[in-house]
Amino acid sequence: MTSNNLWQVLASRLLQGLLVVFLVVTAVFFVSRVTRDPIAYLADIQSSEAEIDALRERFGLNDPLYVQYGNFLWDTVQLDMGRSLHNGRPALNEVTSRVVKTLQLGAGSLLFALVLGLLTGVIASLRRGRPTDWLARLLAVIGQAVPDFWLGLMLVFLFAVEPGWLPTGGSGSLKHMLMPIITMGTFTATALMRLTRSGMIDSLGSDFVRTARAKGLPERAVVYRHALRHALLPVVTILGLQAGRLMAGALVVETVFAWPGIGRLTIDSIGGGDFPVTQAAIMLIAVSIVLANIVVDMSYRLIDPRIRAGAA
Amino acid sequence: MSMQIGPDVAIPALETERSRGTRNWKRLALLLPSALVVTLFLVAAIFADLLSPYDPLEIVLPDRLIPPAFSGGTWDHPLGTDQLGRDILARTMHGARISLMVVVIAVPAAAAVGTLVGLLSGWRLGWTDKVLMRLVDMQLAFPALLFAVLVAAVWGPSLRNVILIITLWTWSGYARLVRADVLSLREQEYVLAARSIGAPDRRVLARHVLPNLINVVVILMTMEVATVILFEAGLSFLNVGVEAGSSSWGIMISEGRNFMPIASWLIWIPGIAIVLISLTAMMMGDWVRDALDPRLRNLR
Repeated sequence: MTSNNLWQVLASRLLQGLLVVFLVVTAVFFVSRVTRDPIAYLADIQSSEAEIDALRERFGLNDPLYVQYGNFLWDTVQLDMGRSLHNGRPALNEVTSRVVKTLQLGAGSLLFALVLGLLTGVIASLRRGRPTDWLARLLAVIGQAVPDFWLGLMLVFLFAVEPGWLPTGGSGSLKHMLMPIITMGTFTATALMRLTRSGMIDSLGSDFVRTARAKGLPERAVVYRHALRHALLPVVTILGLQAGRLMAGALVVETVFAWPGIGRLTIDSIGGGDFPVTQAAIMLIAVSIVLANIVVDMSYRLIDPRIRAGAA
Repeated sequence: MSMQIGPDVAIPALETERSRGTRNWKRLALLLPSALVVTLFLVAAIFADLLSPYDPLEIVLPDRLIPPAFSGGTWDHPLGTDQLGRDILARTMHGARISLMVVVIAVPAAAAVGTLVGLLSGWRLGWTDKVLMRLVDMQLAFPALLFAVLVAAVWGPSLRNVILIITLWTWSGYARLVRADVLSLREQEYVLAARSIGAPDRRVLARHVLPNLINVVVILMTMEVATVILFEAGLSFLNVGVEAGSSSWGIMISEGRNFMPIASWLIWIPGIAIVLISLTAMMMGDWVRDALDPRLRNLR
């Protein structure tokens, strides 16, 4: 594990990611097949005995548990997650057809959070202890205390219901994306702002910034090229964790704004009792979070040569 | 905008007696309202059925959608009623009770599990450590909301499930912190001394290691209170939290959103309750951290 070779690190990270995915799939199997008789959510209330028996046979629920588990793993490897109970289409296709919509929101809110978080973080650190700093920090604290679903509804109330400036929900234009992006990105923006601010305060007081000033560099170069670059490292680290948070946020935000992505599909599939779709969505989201973490981890290593493989 | 960057920004801020003094004043100014919010929350939650004027689930259709007293309603229903004529004040108080129950059970449970895992992991090392840390990684890669969704899809929503999910979601934070501390504690001279005179692991852990972990665990517990409250509300809003029809703040908002244009108080009131209590809990978490261990400033 102790190697400087980027490819070896990547391989080991991918293996670890695979292990995590395997554990997630196992968790899904355990919760959905072992803790409760799956017939309870696979069958209708009105189903007759014969129909229930047929369902048991179709989903292989009469087999011993280890056979079921083996089949489940094999099907998952082949990307067969069953068919939607509603329209009979493959569950995985149902989910992947919504990926783009969710990615749009995810990318938009990440951009929003990065711009807002870094900008306010830098400004607050340069005006440390002054009213601007206080205001920025106060807003950051409030931003973390306001639940995202409530923030979304408040935006709808203030900008869509009363004045009718923006659509209350749905998708199709940039106008539709504005409120969902703000709702989804606010928490991340506040987290980034706090991190940037404290990182900047650290690096502004450090020797290398003093050296840069002593060389007579213009203030702008000192702040952005020397201090900010150093302060960005911890920001990159938490971006991986934020990927998971953003995906979770998609469940809430897509529900509030009737946005046709994976999040809303997941919630709808639970409400409609379409378990194969729920299962496929959960696994796809888990895989994407694992991948995002690997990407962030690798880019972190590229940015900072001090971090050696296996040291983190 | 022009940025004024003087040479003073480069000087690490040395805290003078005076600035510490003003900071204490600012703290005191925040302490009073915070104490008030917490007291209100606790009293409402604990004595909800004694104090609340109505049954929070009693449906009185003729009295539906009465606005709060301060915006045209009557003092019979100080905070108004919802679309089924249920009293908002009574529901908000019972919502506080649900939040408090989740916090009181899930936070200590997660702390206990996480501390145990962290202790084992950092003390035993080797395979135990590897396996347990993979579990922590898995937990971090698998967002809690997804797990909640899975559990709700299989078991249906209930308060018990919410508490279980939140416990399963938050234990790993304690495990990581405790493990890191155990790794440095086990090298301390007094721990080595205790081991070298033949004290059994159980005694070394209980007498020399665990007492040194209490601060860090307590800090994380206080900081998690707000997270837990927000999480319960979010789950319930998505109908994967507590039972539908109960008075969780999240459910109140979820039910009220369809009436937003004509009865905005249905979402204002529970929302403000959530924001107030989680804001207060966050500030208190910061104070506890600063008082016990300022090193942990970047914990969140």
